[in-house]
Amino acid sequence: MSAVGASAAPPAGAQIGGVRRPRVPTVLRWELRKLVSQKRTYLGLGLAALFPLIFVVFENLHQQHDHGGNLSIFSGQITASGLATPVLTLEFLSAFMLPLIASLVAGDIVAAEDGNGTLKTILTRSVDRGQVFAAKALAAMLYAGLAVYVSAAVATVGGVASWGFHPVTTLSGTKVSASEALLLVFASNALYLIPLLAVVAFGVLLSTATRNSAASVVGAVGFVILLYIVSAIPGLEGIQPYLLTQQFANWHGLLRTPTDWAPIWHSAWVCALYAVPALFAAYLVFLRRDVAGG
Amino acid sequence: MPDEAAPVRARGLVKRYKEVLAVDHIDLNVRSGDVYGFLGPNGAGKTTTLRMCLGLIMPSEGKVELFGRDPLREGARALEGVAGFVEAPRFYPYLSGRKNLELLAALDGGDARERIEEVLDVVELAPRGKHRVGGYSHGMRQRLGIAAALLRRPRLLILDEPATGLDPAGMRDMRTLIRRLADDGITVLLSSHQLPEVQELCDRVAIVDSGQVVYEGALADLRRQGGAGYRMRTSDDARALKIAATAPGVEHASAGEHGLNFQAQESNVGALSLALGAEGIAILALTPELATLEDLFFRLTEGDRGTVLGDLNGLPGAIPRQVAQGGDGTLATAGQGADMPSPEQ
Repeated sequence: MSAVGASAAPPAGAQIGGVRRPRVPTVLRWELRKLVSQKRTYLGLGLAALFPLIFVVFENLHQQHDHGGNLSIFSGQITASGLATPVLTLEFLSAFMLPLIASLVAGDIVAAEDGNGTLKTILTRSVDRGQVFAAKALAAMLYAGLAVYVSAAVATVGGVASWGFHPVTTLSGTKVSASEALLLVFASNALYLIPLLAVVAFGVLLSTATRNSAASVVGAVGFVILLYIVSAIPGLEGIQPYLLTQQFANWHGLLRTPTDWAPIWHSAWVCALYAVPALFAAYLVFLRRDVAGG
Repeated sequence: MPDEAAPVRARGLVKRYKEVLAVDHIDLNVRSGDVYGFLGPNGAGKTTTLRMCLGLIMPSEGKVELFGRDPLREGARALEGVAGFVEAPRFYPYLSGRKNLELLAALDGGDARERIEEVLDVVELAPRGKHRVGGYSHGMRQRLGIAAALLRRPRLLILDEPATGLDPAGMRDMRTLIRRLADDGITVLLSSHQLPEVQELCDRVAIVDSGQVVYEGALADLRRQGGAGYRMRTSDDARALKIAATAPGVEHASAGEHGLNFQAQESNVGALSLALGAEGIAILALTPELATLEDLFFRLTEGDRGTVLGDLNGLPGAIPRQVAQGGDGTLATAGQGADMPSPEQ
């Protein structure tokens, strides 16, 4: 190793303080850069893009388009307007696939760094634990949002390319223009993000508390499955409106004319009941945890 | 006020993991300008202590101050002017060395980013800066760890086994680098198993065993007084040996190849020389042989502790072993900790 330059070391007795410390956006930017540099990130985004693509290809080949369910009116419009496709793919992916993709990063974002020993590396720099936690939670949420919109974009482009940019009939039977339908698609995905972010919050909590990536990812997905099972148990119908999984359909209210805000607001506060305590608990655990990994 | 405070001041540090007492009331006093060796066998609590110093783990009891600031209360602010690593330095393997430093510089703020090239040059990693850390050798990662520390313009450098896994040339280079950093005014807290390295680099040491500090003070004092040995050649070695064997404070007297060997404190050597003179025996040569750090380390951390502590209890830094109160209310002697699973392993 070469001689240490005089500037590599501070003058003895240099003043402590006065250094401009980084803020959360700086930490967030690097969290995102780390995500961009990892293959796992693209696995989730690839899945988010692949399923709408498969859907479009399948529907192009298939003659029967009525899938039934709550959104059967959109199933019947698949070939009439490409804008029905993103609505249907959101319906299909919202229950399990998008929570899984969101959990891939949320469950890993703290635990992986703990396991690799890099958490101690960043926690001995000039950022507080709270800043690191905020950046990690935000990064996981942004990733979930990106996955949702990648899926929506692929479905929209695929649908419009296959069946055109035409008006759509909503759940209330009202016809809306193509541009308004596009806006509804965008807004529906935004609303769906609310319960998805609650899943992300739970994943971050597991990631922080368990220090185990696999357990956190599986745990977050398992939580969703558990809620589905609970919702199917006879006699527990009374709690169904308060189950997180029921909120995955909160955006249906947007597809009525006029917009049915009641289920949307209900969903918002129910999701907050899941997300806020989970995030707060994760924050407290992160602040007080011993970083002994690596 | 904080600027004048000691780089590291730990008081009564305790860390319990359920029934395991990993660190047992450790006090440390690292002074400005010290190259301070922190020694102990595996599982002695060194790394746990260093992690507490850096605010990575919370003490069960006691507190640490870095330049007068408490890392637990003041968070990152307490680490201003402090850098280093515990156990092996860890980086993002999918990023290049330079990108890793850019990330850390961003988390440091200030002018750290402008110093990346310089610190890469210092550790001779500039040609490999664009390569992914995943492809780095162990030694390169250690050097990158030093580079990452230097980005912060540290006044206190905390290094945990920096030479571990390095080849002899790498170890020599690491020693040279640490020496130069110390010469530049950086206080160094060095945890190491490389006792010759510590003996060469450090001026003060703390020796920890089973979670307790058994000696803290100047290395020179420890070596000079910690059971110092002597070689003596006299006009009648056989009679001199008999006198030495019964002289107060003189131990382990034996015939050597060129005279006799014994161990004693300086004051007892004086009395012995007078006794020999009174018997008409001339001292032809008296050569003190300082104990090596390795000798002292093993005497402090192994073997018949009672005898060893008896030897050392007169030293300024020698700390008599205490009976520690376990977290579950049970009493555990310090030695018990050595058998417990250590969280740092």
